[in-house]
Amino acid sequence: MDITLNNYLAVAAILFAIGLMGVIMRRNLLIIYMSLEMMLQAANLTFVAFSRFNGHLDGQVFVFFVITVAAAEVSVGLALIVALYRLKRTTQVQDLTTLKF
Amino acid sequence: MNALFFWLFSGGMIVCALAVILNRNAVASALCFTFTIVFMAGLFVMLSAFFLAAVQILVTAGAVMVLFLFIIMLLDLTAMEHMPRQKIWMGCSLLLALGFLLIVAKTLEATPMGSTTISSLSTPGVPMRMTVRPQVLADGRTIETTLTQSQWDRYDDTHRIGRLLFRTNTANGRTSYVAPFEITSLLILVATIGVIVLCKQDERRRPSPREEIIREAPPVEPKEPSLKN
Repeated sequence: MDITLNNYLAVAAILFAIGLMGVIMRRNLLIIYMSLEMMLQAANLTFVAFSRFNGHLDGQVFVFFVITVAAAEVSVGLALIVALYRLKRTTQVQDLTTLKF
Repeated sequence: MNALFFWLFSGGMIVCALAVILNRNAVASALCFTFTIVFMAGLFVMLSAFFLAAVQILVTAGAVMVLFLFIIMLLDLTAMEHMPRQKIWMGCSLLLALGFLLIVAKTLEATPMGSTTISSLSTPGVPMRMTVRPQVLADGRTIETTLTQSQWDRYDDTHRIGRLLFRTNTANGRTSYVAPFEITSLLILVATIGVIVLCKQDERRRPSPREEIIREAPPVEPKEPSLKN
């Protein structure tokens, strides 16, 4: 059996769905953050697969930018989590209800 | 052979991703996520994106996951491992994920190029995108030489991405990536400054833990000298 574009796209979709499940299901902020990263990586896989099958390199350039921005985003997000932990002594989302109506 | 490696990498990736969200221990989750990234780098190699595979391992599996592990160990999250799972949220997320996958499956059925096999593609995979190569001579004059397809085919993946990123020739209406590249560097600068500002302890507002202990301790009762007399 040969590998088609649909195989790659399906794997990326499954990875994205797992990340989505993690964001909704977990209550630890750090795990939620990891799941968000996973969704970004699933989008990256889609980009690279389309870039290969379409014969363009522009998709790979986009993935390059996405990886860079994701790294910057992770550093800022983890700094926010550390600041929050200093203030509230917790990283569980159900304890962070200051903005709850 | 190709198919075997595809199933190996994608299967390992999905199993590791499931382990990330199902593990109670945050450190184990982070390690599983690292393996997810490594398997994805393997998939990138199979799609002949060698440069991105290297960047993925260096940046995401190396730098980002070390940062995650460092923060997890710094915050000491072991106390939360024994909380009960929320069944209702697990059900909701599973339902949402299955709905998403259903939509994607319907879309993939209708994708016109979806059944293109990877072995039917030409070996280099990437046609030439830039025909004119500007070249600056020693006396400052710029001449433009034509890049032939055979020259382009000899370039490796990294070389091609570099040429695409930094090319200045946009005569055929295609945009150049120089401006986004520079803006990304600005973004990283902003992120660096932001992290320093966020993590800086405000010494005037937050007392040190030792001061907190001293303040919260009950005042020591002075001994009554009248009892002895």
